[in-house]
Amino acid sequence: MKKELRLMKGNEAVAEAAIRAGADGYFGYPITPQSEVLEYLMAEKPYERTGMVVLQAESEIAAINMVYGAAGCGKMAITSSSSPGISLKQEGISYMAGAELPGVILNVVRGGPGLGTIQPSQADYFQAVKGGGHGDYRMLVLAPASVQEMADFTLLGFELAFKYRNPVMILSDGALGQMMEKVELPEPVPCRTEEEIRQQCPWATLGKPANMERNIITSLNLESLKQEQHNLKLQAKYAQMEREEVRYEEIMCEDAEYLLVAFGSSARICQKTLRMAREKGIKAGLLRPITLYPFPQKPLFELARRVKGILVVEMNAGQMIEDVKLAVCGKIKTEHFGRFGGVIPSPSEVLQALEQKIIGG
Amino acid sequence: MENIPTTADIVKEENLVYKKTKVLTDNILSYCPGCGHGTAHRIIAEVIEEMGIQDKTIGIAPVGCSVLAYNFFDIDMQQAAHGRAPALATAIKRLLPDKFVFTYQGDGDLAAIGTAETIHACNRGDNFTIIFINNGIYGMTGGQMAPTTLPGMKSSTSPYGRDTQTMGNPLKITELVAQLPGTCYVTRQAVHTPGNVRKAKKALRLAFEYQGKNMGLSFVEIVSNCNSGWKMTPRNANEWMEDNMFPFYPLGDIKTPAKLEL
Ligand SMILES: Cc1ncc(C[n+]2csc(CCOP(=O)(O)OP(=O)(O)O)c2C)c(N)n1
Ligand code: SF4
Repeated sequence: MKKELRLMKGNEAVAEAAIRAGADGYFGYPITPQSEVLEYLMAEKPYERTGMVVLQAESEIAAINMVYGAAGCGKMAITSSSSPGISLKQEGISYMAGAELPGVILNVVRGGPGLGTIQPSQADYFQAVKGGGHGDYRMLVLAPASVQEMADFTLLGFELAFKYRNPVMILSDGALGQMMEKVELPEPVPCRTEEEIRQQCPWATLGKPANMERNIITSLNLESLKQEQHNLKLQAKYAQMEREEVRYEEIMCEDAEYLLVAFGSSARICQKTLRMAREKGIKAGLLRPITLYPFPQKPLFELARRVKGILVVEMNAGQMIEDVKLAVCGKIKTEHFGRFGGVIPSPSEVLQALEQKIIGG
Repeated sequence: MENIPTTADIVKEENLVYKKTKVLTDNILSYCPGCGHGTAHRIIAEVIEEMGIQDKTIGIAPVGCSVLAYNFFDIDMQQAAHGRAPALATAIKRLLPDKFVFTYQGDGDLAAIGTAETIHACNRGDNFTIIFINNGIYGMTGGQMAPTTLPGMKSSTSPYGRDTQTMGNPLKITELVAQLPGTCYVTRQAVHTPGNVRKAKKALRLAFEYQGKNMGLSFVEIVSNCNSGWKMTPRNANEWMEDNMFPFYPLGDIKTPAKLEL
């Protein structure tokens, strides 16, 4: 099987990309709007294609801990859920960060709090980017804006997770999970052999060869000085991520007088807003953070020196705007426009907000 | 003087009746003197050595007094979040079906916070071994009531004794998992006397053998003491265990593959 062009839902694209990435295991629990990931995998029988194991767990808690166990063996494991289920996974994610385990977690965000709504939302930005679970840890957070990126970031997610021995979250939303688009699927690679895993992950618990030291996967340090050393090691890793992994896209920013900042589905909407604005003679540009952590602070800081004002557009009540404000250091006017609770803003209401809050305001 | 034998002359391989298994490390055990955890560790390690599976066994430590079990077993190990060891083991065994996988869990870990993971791994018949140390109390956190605490038994969170009206009855989770079609072998043992140690070791060996034959989940409960949490001397704790724990948690096989075939 080669590269292939298909029309797929975002959720299905993640599932198919995981198989083609050579993932060893998927563990998940049904929740709208992401159940197609598990459904697709169950129907596809990846065990027969690559040897990939798929299991419907008894809960999201069990699923993330299955990912932990698999990752501890150096295996490529992925889980997916939507907001309430992602809340349940937080302890497991924190343990993975503490034990330095790689893994990919897909959040197809819906509106909250509580059971909320099954409609798309970006209300889990804080949870994804600021920790979510306990302790001083960071998770790499990728924000796709198309079905293509849902597939691409599944592969990128595994790559980064293993590069840093750290969990990676793909923060999408119900729109990206459910909508169908053309997607180019990568050429499939086989699952790694046990020998290859031993080479790539000398820390993995695959059974201790007689002539070697045993491997231990743990996040426990009873002595505070040791724990502090461990925290410092983690912080150094996060600093490296901040140096090397910032990803973003600039659209029509060269001559922009006004800047929209938006990620994921909101960024898609803002692209339409840009065209409408330009037709009216408003020179607007868009900065789309692709990594939400690490956040594209420097490019924002640079742009803030050139533009007259920034409108942050999110499907939440104002979360990423805090990071935008930190990045621009109060240099220019920065306002928020959001629809939430599962409501998707229209390009024209974003334009209206730009005119009222930034240009006119 | 020259004819007097040295220790090296006497302690010869062929004269040895007992030797510490090499599957235990030399790290000093973190358990209280008199606690059953250490004995349980030893016989698990001996079984692993005798079966020659040290290089293909992966153990899961829980949260509880045995959280540091990975310091004592000389095998690859993972430490799980509180109660989640069976979820880790499920994934590990499914991804590495040729390895031997076991969890080692206390009663709080296995029968309170981890009840769902325990029941579902047992029900799916995931092919690993659960070793369940039931001491009727939360040892690590200072002797609070556990799901297994006996009626009337005092603990730091049932200071007047467990009132079953308000605190519920002790959970016989071992009998419960024996009902599930996914378990192949369910047994309850103890390690406080040499005779019980021998029996418990045999049970552990069987549990690992069944795992090797892909027969489903094998579950070994060890009723143990917590002299610190019970606030007793080790000897009194063992006597109290015999008089109070064993009548409620009777020792012996609850389910065996042979019985299944009947
Ligand atoms: C999520 C979570 N809740 C609570 C704790 C605190 N805690 C640590 S050990 C323990 C109880 C352990 O008791 P048990 O499983 O019976 O094992 P024992 O210490 O008696 O061997 C608790 C409640 C924790 N570490 N994590
Ligand atoms: S507190 Fe209890 S269970 Fe824990 S080591 Fe001491 S005696 Fe054993």
